[in-house]
Amino acid sequence: MGTEREGAVKIERAFDSTLESVDEAEALILESAANAGFDEDEQHHISMAARECLVNAVVHGNRYSAHKKVHLVIETSSDRIRILITDEGEGFDLTELPDPLAEENLLRHSGRGIFLIRAFMDDLQMRKVSPHGTEVTLVKIRGRNEDK
Amino acid sequence: MNNRQVGDVTVVDVSGRITLGEGSSELRDALRDLVAKGNKKILLNLGDVSYIDSSGIGELVSGFTSVSNQGGQLKLLNLTKRVKDLLQITKLYTVFEVHDDEAGAIRSFA
Repeated sequence: MGTEREGAVKIERAFDSTLESVDEAEALILESAANAGFDEDEQHHISMAARECLVNAVVHGNRYSAHKKVHLVIETSSDRIRILITDEGEGFDLTELPDPLAEENLLRHSGRGIFLIRAFMDDLQMRKVSPHGTEVTLVKIRGRNEDK
Repeated sequence: MNNRQVGDVTVVDVSGRITLGEGSSELRDALRDLVAKGNKKILLNLGDVSYIDSSGIGELVSGFTSVSNQGGQLKLLNLTKRVKDLLQITKLYTVFEVHDDEAGAIRSFA
């Protein structure tokens, strides 16, 4: 489902909690970023950040539950893309995440997803939603990818 | 994913995406298999890898640790700019020994 107003485009979709859905949602986000005029590197960063977030929603949020959906909203305007990804899980505390760049964590198998999202996007916000779930908002501004 | 033996070095040519649900479990299994068979000199050729996510990075790190713990060496070859950037952002570029030239990489194991 998509709506368009004054050059802005909004797409809303709900996905099953599967890795195939992650691929499908990522492809949709990539297409939206390309249509909005982001360059190839920016598109790659948006797609990677969104994928990390979608995987978190499916794996850690909804735990692959067939009864839970991942909700995606993509909003593009003249200078930015805003992506909202919401799961129906129990949520988690960002403050509990160890720093993946700390010497003692460099060789850990996991724990880099949120770090990569922050590195690749201009803004990351997370909040718990009622009754269950976590909503993550990612924002990328066009032409501001240097040093990101 | 394809393995070649060059002298006593096993070169693993990896292509496509190394992501959760796609190539990361394949990479994990391939490295576990090589370690189990006693291969201690492993060169991962990532020249045709288009995309790695955090799960793929995790498998590279686990493979590196597992090979090192067995007294072996795992080195990387032909990183694309995107993969190199990713390893730099995550500070792993200094952890791995990275080569741009296969012959040089093979010699470095001697």
